[in-house]
Amino acid sequence: MKKELPEHFKAYKGVWVFVEVERGVVHPVSFELLGEGRKLADQLGVDLAGVVLGPPGEGTKHAVAESFAYGADLVYLMEDALLTDYRNEPFSKGLTDLVNTYKPEILLLGATTLGRDLAGSVATTLLTGLTADCTELAVDADKSLAATRPTFGGSLLCTIYTLNFRPQMATIRPRVMKMPARVEKPVGRVVSHPLAMVEDDIVTKILAFVADRETNKVNLAYADIVVAGGLGLGAVENMQLVKNLAKALGAEYGCSRPIVQKGWMPAERQIGQTGKTIRPRLYIAAGISGAIQHRVGVEGADLIVAINTDKNAPIFDFAHVGLVTDAVRFLPALTEAFSRRLSPHNRDKLAG
Amino acid sequence: MHIVVCIKQVPDSAQIRVHPVTNTIMRQGVPTIINPYDLFALEAALRLRDEHGGTVTVLTMGPPMAEDSLRKALTFGADRAVLLTDRFFAGSDTLATSFALAQAIAKIGETFGTPDIVFTGKQTIDGDTAQVGPGIAKRQKLLQLTYVSKIAELDLAARRIKVERRAEGGVQVLETRLPVLITMLEGTNEMRRGTMVDALRAARAEIVTWSAKDAGIEDVLKCGLRGSPTVVKRVFAPAARSDKAQMIEIQPATRDTADALVAAIFGGIAGIEGDLVELHQTL
Ligand SMILES: Cc1cc2nc3c(=O)[nH]c(=O)nc-3n(C[C@H](O)[C@H](O)[C@H](O)COP(=O)(O)OP(=O)(O)OC[C@H]3O[C@@H](n4cnc5c(N)ncnc54)[C@H](O)[C@@H]3O)c2cc1C
Ligand SMILES: Cc1cc2nc3c(=O)[nH]c(=O)nc-3n(C[C@H](O)[C@H](O)[C@H](O)COP(=O)(O)OP(=O)(O)OC[C@H]3O[C@@H](n4cnc5c(N)ncnc54)[C@H](O)[C@@H]3O)c2cc1C
Repeated sequence: MKKELPEHFKAYKGVWVFVEVERGVVHPVSFELLGEGRKLADQLGVDLAGVVLGPPGEGTKHAVAESFAYGADLVYLMEDALLTDYRNEPFSKGLTDLVNTYKPEILLLGATTLGRDLAGSVATTLLTGLTADCTELAVDADKSLAATRPTFGGSLLCTIYTLNFRPQMATIRPRVMKMPARVEKPVGRVVSHPLAMVEDDIVTKILAFVADRETNKVNLAYADIVVAGGLGLGAVENMQLVKNLAKALGAEYGCSRPIVQKGWMPAERQIGQTGKTIRPRLYIAAGISGAIQHRVGVEGADLIVAINTDKNAPIFDFAHVGLVTDAVRFLPALTEAFSRRLSPHNRDKLAG
Repeated sequence: MHIVVCIKQVPDSAQIRVHPVTNTIMRQGVPTIINPYDLFALEAALRLRDEHGGTVTVLTMGPPMAEDSLRKALTFGADRAVLLTDRFFAGSDTLATSFALAQAIAKIGETFGTPDIVFTGKQTIDGDTAQVGPGIAKRQKLLQLTYVSKIAELDLAARRIKVERRAEGGVQVLETRLPVLITMLEGTNEMRRGTMVDALRAARAEIVTWSAKDAGIEDVLKCGLRGSPTVVKRVFAPAARSDKAQMIEIQPATRDTADALVAAIFGGIAGIEGDLVELHQTL
């Protein structure tokens, strides 16, 4: 299986992170990946580059500057008005050209709708491997990228390599990697490269963009506190108990997959491998067994509190605080306890 | 109009069990189903056919028993089914899979008429990469529309299609030219119940079964394990956390235990109480 890396791939050096910019704003997953890419680059003793594709203007300039602030040594920049809104044709052509010209050994993208659309096209054009939705990245003794991701169905993880091809590509979901600290730094080396395309080359046209309404935006992935309910809550009415606790805490609420399948909560509330990955300071899971597909979505939480009637539930293998009790009865008590403790009136009394 | 829908047969993986000693996946006796995401693609294709006329061909690459999924698709109303099966395909990653499927689609085009639209699901429930759709599109030089939530307009005469596509932070309305590859978003339609006529037809239908060679694949080195740049090196169980959870058993739940938990939480995360108090005042 493992052969000597073909000669023409030996020139491939450096770690790249595709910096995703939407309507002038950098997707936070790009910073998370710069943080992770920094570690890989340091282990390999190579440069970390941010790759920015966008229209001339403030948003793109900002993305370049932020790439440095989050750890990049240099930035590859492709500036063209054709790159204003995401379309597969110009972006896949642009990124493929950059790879073929500057030859990175590792290329990381966020597993967003944009990143997945783009990564699949670019990897196919380059005829290289692409590992999807990784939860862990590491550099091996022989300097290969070891990309780990959950495997289907069972409680297992697998480590995937792209041994004899370059670049080694991987997508990583938002919130899986830690957000690195931002360090103000001057803009460093920027390598500009033109997009060899004109509008007439692009068949697909964007007729409109309808932004999600503010109220539709569920900010689970970036919430500080998340409360979630599972099948153990037993009935659709009991979803209200989860929402009540979330409200008392100013938190977001979510659920396990079966809850979505039953139609008790909408799909954007699902947490886990096929839902959102979260990284809150506090995660409260009620009536959730803790299957691996759920676990991989919540493991980044600072404190995991699990409420489950079964003291052998797998969730207690990774929770920090476990409560063996009936969540349907306990959630209202907990909501009340938080409200009591947090109400200004009571705090004044405590202080007085 | 000719539409090809790619479907994958997958284990009904909610029922998969892991061997407690060897940590390997126990597949024996696990029932298989059509990848649930692919049903949204199939239904979208059937609706377009019902409206505009034409035929729908379903295609799968898999072991001979994947025929079951194709027959199921026929009961829903697909017109023709193609099974791509060969030992050379074993161990394919997404690059090798999209190569084989793209070749088969080309062969389907030669044999039954060039497809105007190729559909795939958004992703599968086993491999779960969402990479095969874009892979086929690039190989077949089809324009690519992923995460499509609605097919707004299809103008066959002008060869144009208008769709709504889920993007980051909103919905893009896009127009492009046929032929296209569409990956359909979940929850965008509901699979019809097949008719009795379709069920009878499906039971008797001949499934077009092709080997690599039949599909016109000359270079089998591009298939299966050998055609796959990714290599699965290691499969393992996630490590149990070394520090066990602090367990509190309460029967029944009382006000005191709730207060105790709140105290434990506030004790466990530095600064969170102050932040919450502040937040509470602004709520
Ligand atoms: C490919 C694939 C992808 C998947 N993706 C996801 C995903 O993204 N997210 C996800 O969550 N799942 C996902 N799943 C499903 C996952 O395998 C589990 O089936 C699911 O997480 C279980 O949900 P649950 O914990 O709510 O239900 P169950 O497993 O049924 O657990 C219910 C729990 O509630 C407890 N309970 C019962 N009554 C009470 C009570 N009164 N009070 C307190 N506790 C009680 C029970 O002891 C049990 O532990 C996926 C599965 C597959 C195959
Ligand atoms: C646990 C696990 C992890 C894996 N990780 C990777 C990885 O990171 N990178 C990688 O390259 N490969 C990976 N593979 C291999 C990959 O699953 C196979 O290549 C598979 O044949 C197709 O990928 P998918 O299931 O992810 O499909 P997706 O890309 O998620 O499927 C999208 C759509 O393509 C169509 N489609 C997919 N497969 C077929 C088929 N056989 N026949 C007809 N239509 C099909 C369906 O319409 C489907 O909805 C992994 C496999 C497993 C089991």
